[in-house]
Amino acid sequence: MAEERRQKLCSVILPTESMKAMAESVGVGSLQEESCLALSEEVSYRIKEIAQDALKFMHHGKRRKLTTGDIDHALKLKNVEPLYGFQSQEFIPFRFASGGGRELHFYEEKEVDLSDIINTPLPRVPLDVSLKAHWLSIDGVQPAIPENPPPVPKEQQKTDSTEPLKAVKPGQEEEGSIQTKGQGANSAEVKGKEKMRMKPRSTHELSVEQQLYYKEITEACVGSCEAKRAEALQSIATDPGLYQMLPRFSTFISEGVRVNVVQNNLALLIYLMRMVKALMDNPTLYLEKYLHELIPAVVTCIVSKQLCLRPDVDNHWALRDFAARLMAQSCKTFSTTTNNIQSRITKTFTKSLLDDKTQWTTRYGCIAGLAELGHDVIKTLIIPRLSVEGARIKAVMDGPVVSNIDKIGADHVQSLLLVICLPPEQH
Amino acid sequence: MAAVQDGPMELDAEKEAKPEILSDGTSNLSGNTASGTLSSSPLTAAPAGGAPKMEDQQTLIAVLQFLKRNKLSESVEILRREAGLGEHQEGSQATDGSGGGKGDGDGGDANSLLSRVSITSAAAPQSMPVKSDCIINIFRCDLPFMFMLSEDQPDVSVVLSAYSQQGDPPLYQVYYSGLKNFIESVLDCHRAELSQLFYPLFVHMYLELVYNNHETEAKAFFDKFSGDQECYYQDDLHILCGLTKKEHLKGNEVLLDFRTSRFVLHISRDSYQLLKRHLQERHNNQIWNIIQEHLYIDIFDGMPRSKSQIDSMSGSLAGEAKREVNKAKVFYGLLKEPEIEVPLDDEDDEAENEEGKPKKKKTKKDSLGSKSKKQDPNAPQQNRIPLPELKDSDKLDKIMYMKESTKRIRLGPENLPSICFYTFLNAFQGLTAVDFTDDSSLLAGGFADSTVRVWSVTPKKLRKVKSAGELNVIEKESDDVLERIMDEKTASESKILHGHSGPVYGVSFSPDRNYLLSSSEDGTVRLWSLQTFTCLVGYKGHNYPVWDTHFSPFGYYFVSGGHDRVARLWATDHYQPLRIFAGHLADVTCTRFHPNSNYVATGSTDRTVRLWDVLNANCVRILTGHKGPIHSLAFSPNGKFLASGSTDGRVLLWDIGHGLMIGELKGHTDTIYALKFSRDGEILASGSMDNTVRLWDSMKAFDEVETDDFTATTGHIHLPDNSQELLLGMYHSKSTPVTHLHFTRRNLLLAAGAYNSQ
Repeated sequence: MAEERRQKLCSVILPTESMKAMAESVGVGSLQEESCLALSEEVSYRIKEIAQDALKFMHHGKRRKLTTGDIDHALKLKNVEPLYGFQSQEFIPFRFASGGGRELHFYEEKEVDLSDIINTPLPRVPLDVSLKAHWLSIDGVQPAIPENPPPVPKEQQKTDSTEPLKAVKPGQEEEGSIQTKGQGANSAEVKGKEKMRMKPRSTHELSVEQQLYYKEITEACVGSCEAKRAEALQSIATDPGLYQMLPRFSTFISEGVRVNVVQNNLALLIYLMRMVKALMDNPTLYLEKYLHELIPAVVTCIVSKQLCLRPDVDNHWALRDFAARLMAQSCKTFSTTTNNIQSRITKTFTKSLLDDKTQWTTRYGCIAGLAELGHDVIKTLIIPRLSVEGARIKAVMDGPVVSNIDKIGADHVQSLLLVICLPPEQH
Repeated sequence: MAAVQDGPMELDAEKEAKPEILSDGTSNLSGNTASGTLSSSPLTAAPAGGAPKMEDQQTLIAVLQFLKRNKLSESVEILRREAGLGEHQEGSQATDGSGGGKGDGDGGDANSLLSRVSITSAAAPQSMPVKSDCIINIFRCDLPFMFMLSEDQPDVSVVLSAYSQQGDPPLYQVYYSGLKNFIESVLDCHRAELSQLFYPLFVHMYLELVYNNHETEAKAFFDKFSGDQECYYQDDLHILCGLTKKEHLKGNEVLLDFRTSRFVLHISRDSYQLLKRHLQERHNNQIWNIIQEHLYIDIFDGMPRSKSQIDSMSGSLAGEAKREVNKAKVFYGLLKEPEIEVPLDDEDDEAENEEGKPKKKKTKKDSLGSKSKKQDPNAPQQNRIPLPELKDSDKLDKIMYMKESTKRIRLGPENLPSICFYTFLNAFQGLTAVDFTDDSSLLAGGFADSTVRVWSVTPKKLRKVKSAGELNVIEKESDDVLERIMDEKTASESKILHGHSGPVYGVSFSPDRNYLLSSSEDGTVRLWSLQTFTCLVGYKGHNYPVWDTHFSPFGYYFVSGGHDRVARLWATDHYQPLRIFAGHLADVTCTRFHPNSNYVATGSTDRTVRLWDVLNANCVRILTGHKGPIHSLAFSPNGKFLASGSTDGRVLLWDIGHGLMIGELKGHTDTIYALKFSRDGEILASGSMDNTVRLWDSMKAFDEVETDDFTATTGHIHLPDNSQELLLGMYHSKSTPVTHLHFTRRNLLLAAGAYNSQ
């Protein structure tokens, strides 16, 4: 019920200037102010009246969007001739023009050459209406088929994770239960009811199909074939039914990062970060529950001292940049007042940035991570450090050559600082 | 079939039987209504001559008014005597005026009185249907139309003239806030009841200000108090806030409704006494006058109602229904099933053997037969409404039905139905109506592009009958003649019916599957043959968009309802309506036949559901409680209950026999366009714009209401808020609003809607 949305009612009236403009357009030169006022009041009222009638047609047309056709029908009710020529387009672009102290919104109608129209090839014939049947529910259970929406909507995943003990309604509950039993399992209603009382397990058994899928996807993601990987990542980013596999993916990524950082396997780390990105891109997944595994993995890829076997040759900087962007994205999406992700991350980065003993690679990661968080962060945390960092870079550049790696590191930090500390508009 | 003629005699009798309504306003009320019915009686008797006579009377009254204003009392007397204008009218009005306690000067008093007389006589045809105890016999279908076209009608201005100057405009705010303060200070138990007064008073005071050209005061008044009104009146307030000038009042239907029909309030005697005392102490005549003239306060004895009780019943355009309106007896029972010998032939047994359990079936069939032999005490007489004879094909269909019903799945909370969803693809938002045949073999869709399309959802294709020439050569005695007359060349899965010239808003199959009805924006209802796939008849009468149409469960009759605010009962072989169900204050949005075909339910934009008796076109139930236009209705298969769904996303359940709300199902977040009970009535399915199908435990909802509650005189029941418990299942579609729901004979749920690509 609309208790909460009690908006202020007020009667809006068209400006008198519009009346003048319209009068001029039909050749009435001087219209008195009073007539304008009277006209605009009347016109505003009539427009509202027609709009209210048009709404009826929209409701009966079982649509949410008011169309020009509805307005035509409403005009017809009032015995007014409909407006011709507005039917064809979904969207009618109004142009804006000002000049001579007037502001106008108008609909631009181009002159059309009839012979052009005759000579243009016919447009494609629109597809005819057709009928397609599918099972929305079988014995009270919604089957997981492409015609149906993803089995567990995001809100449901959220309530599952935040309020696990909350009794769910059978209709929704069954949607979850089908997952545990696999497709086509005719779960008895009674069983579902009993389960309702219990706390749902945090991980679920996967059906055979799901296990196969998981295996294929993870293999493709870290495998050697780039085309396959692209396909797999696309699947992760778009497929709606991955909810059940999310814990597996999350563990796969965090374990993968842990192992590969130690082994300095840059390529695999990049692949794993791309998986994180794909997961974050999937609109049907509720990732909040797995951030405790994903964020450490991502942060590791940003600030780890060493990410590759040959730090002087390999471009691990790109991985740091990419992971920093991921981090910033997850801060933007998931940071709330309760989990405080952004401030915690910022603190972590700043702490190691302030530490004198920090390696150049880590220093680079911290700065990149902070920079991705936005201009405010750059302004308050990086700019004040510029002189200190500058001195440090200078010391390395001008000083005796300690190691090539340090030099490369300092060089990268310098160019990064130069890029991010430019004024925003020059980015 | 002719309408039953009931004279004004019966009216008067009913008047007298009416319970006492207002202790001191009774004479006023009955006087008013009596004059209204009197002037309407010649009209009903001779519709053609009625209108001019009425106009004459109006003129006379206007002249009288003028004379009175100029204090030409002698001329008044003479004129009155010569014109034969009933003293009784004047007299009754005069007494009620003094009873009303009007403190104005004599002239002003008489003036407003006269204008009121003229209103009642002029408004009679308009308000006549509103008085549900009036029996309407309208033979000329265009008659109510004369009163519909409000613009340029003399009676409109007369109606509005009741808003004559009655007080100092700036004081309106003082009056209103004075009452507000009073109501806020009374005891809690009375506050909720008296708060009902706010909205109607607000509207009438605002309109009075607007009518008398106090624009700025009206605006200030609106701004100050519109926020206080209940949220369910927002839609009307939107319309109100656009009205700022006297000229706007003319022709605004909503406002005319508000004027011509009294807003009905139920208030307990105690609360009413409290209010009356307050208004008399304060000499707050302004408000008292409005209450007297524009409101109808239905006083009951007993405990004042709570806020939630009031909220559940209010929300309609004209307040709650008067209690006596819902007192009429409704024969909601089912008709006796015609006795058809079910042939337990070999062929049938074969089918059973395939199923493997022939014995069980046999016993079931017997029980079915015995059930239908019992006569339901609540059922109407078998021939109360003449029904068409059963044809052989109908009997065959009945047998099929019985066979199917033995295979029916018993549904319940533990046993939910399967749902098959028919999605219309490439409809480009153009699908406006859907219907299935009872045997679920055909599907019809109405589209915004004026077409009606029929699909066969079984492998059996749709075929036309051969042309007349070809039919001539067919041997008529052959066994398969019914097969031979069909033209195999025309077989296809779907057929398109062209004929309408506007969006098709309603479709309905005849029970025998031979005909299809469609109603459209072009103001016609069309009857199509499903043998030839051509249009047979165009029923004209509504002239304005026809929002819905529905075939009687026995065929032959159908009902349609539209923007002209009336529902019409038609027979397929008459090109004019048999009955006109007039009374709704706004568009009739949906129409449904009762399973026994004796009643018709209509839902309207005025946020009420009405039940009409097909026999005499009486309104026998007015059900209020919805907070938005009603877009779907469904009777329970046993005929006892009615479910209605509206734009506010709530389904309300009603007990027809008692005329009371017995349940509220909350959950949908958008307009409910489809409602259907399962074949045995255990489950109610609802489909909505929010892309969900929800299943509700209707058995539980009906059981939980103790029928003893109804016997209490007040009839106020407290509705438990148990929607969540009653919700058995919710099924999302991807992006397809649910337009129609249908249970097959075996209790499989079919849903239909058009895929919405955004």
